[in-house]
Amino acid sequence: MNRGLLSVSHLQALPLSLTLLMFLVFPIAVIIIVSFWDYDSYQLIPGFILDNYQYLLTSSVTWQAYLNTFKYAISTWLITLVLGFSIAYYLAFHIRTTRMQTLLFMLCTIPFFTSNIIRMISWIPLLGRNGMVNSFLLSTGLIEQPLEFLLYSDFSIILAYVHLYTLFMVTPIFNTMMRIDRRLIEAARDAGAAPWQILLMVIVPLCKSGILIGSIFVLTMVMGDFVTVSIMGGGLHASVGLIIKNEISLLQYPAAAASAVVLLITVLIMLMVMFRLVDIRKEL
Amino acid sequence: MARTTGNRRPRSFYWLTALFALFMLFLYGPTLTIGILSFQGPNGGLTFPMNGVSLYWFHNLFTEQQVGDFGGSFTRSLLLGVGVMLCTTVFSLLAGFAYRRRFAGSNTLFYLTLASLIIPSILISLGIGLMFDRLGWAPHWYSSAFGAHLTWTLPFGLLIMFAVFNRFNPSFEAAARDLGASHWQTVRLIVLPLIAPSLLGVALFGLTLSYDEFARTLMVSGSFNTLPLELFGMTTNVTTPVLYALGTLTTVFSFAVITLIVVLMSVSRQRQQHH
Repeated sequence: MNRGLLSVSHLQALPLSLTLLMFLVFPIAVIIIVSFWDYDSYQLIPGFILDNYQYLLTSSVTWQAYLNTFKYAISTWLITLVLGFSIAYYLAFHIRTTRMQTLLFMLCTIPFFTSNIIRMISWIPLLGRNGMVNSFLLSTGLIEQPLEFLLYSDFSIILAYVHLYTLFMVTPIFNTMMRIDRRLIEAARDAGAAPWQILLMVIVPLCKSGILIGSIFVLTMVMGDFVTVSIMGGGLHASVGLIIKNEISLLQYPAAAASAVVLLITVLIMLMVMFRLVDIRKEL
Repeated sequence: MARTTGNRRPRSFYWLTALFALFMLFLYGPTLTIGILSFQGPNGGLTFPMNGVSLYWFHNLFTEQQVGDFGGSFTRSLLLGVGVMLCTTVFSLLAGFAYRRRFAGSNTLFYLTLASLIIPSILISLGIGLMFDRLGWAPHWYSSAFGAHLTWTLPFGLLIMFAVFNRFNPSFEAAARDLGASHWQTVRLIVLPLIAPSLLGVALFGLTLSYDEFARTLMVSGSFNTLPLELFGMTTNVTTPVLYALGTLTTVFSFAVITLIVVLMSVSRQRQQHH
């Protein structure tokens, strides 16, 4: 075993390291530097000013956007957690053959490999003013006016998040459930535990790491998202990511960079809290 | 609780089966809906009812100007996807081998890879865009966007390789070496064939995630759009079923790729069992 400064391992890890250095580390460094720069309508002006941050942190638009984004993140997290856990539980404990488990699990994952944008567009004919949901409700007489909140609303944004991200909960939770020793459940049952006690006191604690990995995925993706908010919100709803995207469109790069740094710090704080609770590398 | 003894199912089984069925409807229903609506007649709109059935909008996709550059953007996305797939597979495989031993900096690289996965995509887009701007380089789909896609696909590749090598039985290699195989022979004749199905999985992630990637590409594709960028542009200014036609074609293409790779994976698994 070679533990020197340079080994075969270093050579083998070189392509990955260089790619991440070039397209992750340098770009983030550039963002941090530019966030302290000045700008006018024509150009970026190198320097060291705190104006971008000062403007950002004193603007009510920023706080409103953060509030909105946290609202999306927490709602999506709660729904995907309950839904994802139930689906994973069904696959892991109710499906008896491995073949069937694999098949049903694949059905859950296939949409992940298709376009998110198209999956969002697909909701339009269902949720629009003249969409299928409204037509159906009108025809049954349950409502007299088409429901307006179905599309381009907080509802449609969270619906799309749940649609896109539940898989990120199902996969890690299913993975940890499959590694639970079934004898533990037998033992709990023999000791007189009721089904709900087995669920809450045996299975949920043993799935902790899967739940945390899923939560990390869902929370960070919603926090940084701008695509779903802009398509499903119809341009009427703000999120942190969308503010950055708009600043980019207006070529206000230093302002966008400062917003991006603050978003990054927010996400890092959330991650630090979550990583405290789980060592992800042990769980693979 | 599910009982493994006896055939009687608990009541929770039926509730969860219903939930699972609804979840499938939720996952696939919308996609099927636009699949059907893309066959609207020439006067049909974005919602039901169907105003006749036709291939008009598919035809429209290949002829009229309003759709933008469908052919070009598809070609670019496909070439980009294949390039990203190859790089992701090779880089992840090599890094996977690297992590079979401890090396100085391995923890840093691991956390950097995780960071690459969960960092908000807009930061990658903005950062690479700014970096190219400052260096005076023009962004292109085959340079800056290529790198941006790798930051998204490589973490999946590395995590899959971790899972593979954690379960890999080193006694196969030991046996090969005992029989006199060289290091390279062991890798080529024993290790690679054993992990081939998982490598195909890495390739699937590389190709499809790149083909559909939007958020990391936004600022870095240069003057020519990739397909998802083209689609995003259409969501704001196209109000005919031609949008659904393009969506349906793209989804069919994705399904074709997934099917192809899954078939290849099962073929390579079966070949393993024969040996």
